[in-house]
Amino acid sequence: METYKIYILTSAVLFVIGIGGVFMARHFIKKIIATVIMGGGVFLCFVSFAERDALTFADPVPHAMVITGIVVAVASAAFALALARRIYQLTGEQSFPIDK
Amino acid sequence: MINLPTSSLPAILVGLPILVATLSLFFRSRGKAVVGLLGSLLTAGLALIAFVEVAQLGSVIHILGGWEPPLGILLRMDPLAVVFIGMTALVGVFISLFAWWYFRAQESTNGKFSLFWPLWLFLWAGLNGLFLSNDLFNLFVTIEVIGICAVALAVLSGKTDSLFAGLRYLLAAITGSMAYLFGVALIYGSTGTLDLGLLGQILEPGKTTTFALLVITFGLMVKMAGFPFHFWLPPAHSSALAPVSALLSALVVKGAFYILLRLWAEVFGISLTYAGGQLIGLAGAVAVIWGSWQAFMQTNLKLIIAHSSVAQLGYLLMIFPLLILAPGVVAGSADWLSPAWTAGVYQVMAHAFAKASFFLSAGIIIMAQGHDHKGSLRDLASRMPMTTMAIGIAGVSLIGLPPSGGFFAKWMLLKGVFLSGQLWWAPVILTGSFLTAGYVFMLLRLAFAPARDQEPFRPVPHSLQVVALLLALGSFLIVFPAENLIQFLESSETFGSGIESIMEGGAYGNN
Repeated sequence: METYKIYILTSAVLFVIGIGGVFMARHFIKKIIATVIMGGGVFLCFVSFAERDALTFADPVPHAMVITGIVVAVASAAFALALARRIYQLTGEQSFPIDK
Repeated sequence: MINLPTSSLPAILVGLPILVATLSLFFRSRGKAVVGLLGSLLTAGLALIAFVEVAQLGSVIHILGGWEPPLGILLRMDPLAVVFIGMTALVGVFISLFAWWYFRAQESTNGKFSLFWPLWLFLWAGLNGLFLSNDLFNLFVTIEVIGICAVALAVLSGKTDSLFAGLRYLLAAITGSMAYLFGVALIYGSTGTLDLGLLGQILEPGKTTTFALLVITFGLMVKMAGFPFHFWLPPAHSSALAPVSALLSALVVKGAFYILLRLWAEVFGISLTYAGGQLIGLAGAVAVIWGSWQAFMQTNLKLIIAHSSVAQLGYLLMIFPLLILAPGVVAGSADWLSPAWTAGVYQVMAHAFAKASFFLSAGIIIMAQGHDHKGSLRDLASRMPMTTMAIGIAGVSLIGLPPSGGFFAKWMLLKGVFLSGQLWWAPVILTGSFLTAGYVFMLLRLAFAPARDQEPFRPVPHSLQVVALLLALGSFLIVFPAENLIQFLESSETFGSGIESIMEGGAYGNN
């Protein structure tokens, strides 16, 4: 098996772990971490394609996209954490109410 | 595509709102509002110029920084894009005017929400960018800009329930965009390009393409609140401030639909199957029935309107099965394709005008009564006849009674259903209209009923009511240029006239 395939399989596993966590975890922080793990899986997938296409040097386009993607993912996660913190300050809740 | 006439308008349409939004951050609250309102008027004017330009020249492109694709980024403004940009501008200008008077009237009681202006302009830039984008990754960036601005706007009131709803919305949005990006990574890995036009030519059917199509469609379904991923929409849209609710339901969810339409028609034509189309149509059909029924069962006005959005978005999903030819049908005889996808565009416009008007009217009622229990509608007809009329007109468009824009969209959809022979969608469309009529008439009946008790009633500025009424009228006026507009849409080289050959179907289902 070529090296890049290990990375791609890992990225798929990370993505599935993340998506499962978003839907199944209850605690806000766990949900947010799950989205970060999903993002990690996606970025790994991009970068592994860069490794595959490498003849003399790695394909730079996936790296450019991953950099942009990381910036976006960090901003989203920070915003989600800020919301979760504000909810905790106002109500003391750390998860969504069950009835909804 | 490089041969098309170039224009700098696409770049300005994205750049100007970002510039003004950044500029407005330097001002205090009143200054923010002034700069924001001027910026939105300016952006709307630009959108008008862009519409005229595309009507004269046909599709135009802009190559950012002179870096030609595949290395650089190309913005493409074709008739479909410019119709969406125009709709955003029209609805956006009315909502901006409403927000201006709404926040002024509330300044003394509810604090200041001046951050609405920069966020709204960033959102507008994101929407324009999304409509103009021509590659998969650019679409990801713009939909993330839209998502983050939309959540920030949704939690602007700072109340607890809006924070809960906002976090739920944000988590759904991140999940959706990560799934979309995963699909983009797979497409890039298998083809080495992200350009929509190029992908449409070189993408080959196979397991990777099918899987990428699946995760991209899943991600966009979450983003556009397609059934069964609609759970985040009603709380987020109903707990936001009035102008924000109007923006979220009129414009934001349409962004994801636009990407879905473009990708299914332009890129993934080769991998689409008859069964896949039927499945997404089924999701739409369930959304129409379930959303309308839920709307009927709610007791709060804004929740009724938000659930009605779920149903109206279901109609948008129902155009996808019609775009894929059944096995054994020859594409040359496919005269329903054009009614089907233009029905989608008209449904987007009619819903944008009607739902924006509906949410603004709800904001007016909350302003007057202090709450939005549907009982607060009692005696509305004598207290605020203009708002009652706005609710009535917008409601008629949502139901789809002639001669409204909603009627035109549903009539075209039915035409597509009958001409394509997929008759099983027709009862869903009609049942959806009946259920919609149920909750709209329930609201109107309350508006004409006498008041039970003397609730305190605060007068609302007339300007707010006029804006809501004008938006409601807009959902009727869009019918008049219908014939020209549809011809305009079909004239597109990159979309429209090309759709017939694209939708002939791929390797699995149709041959």
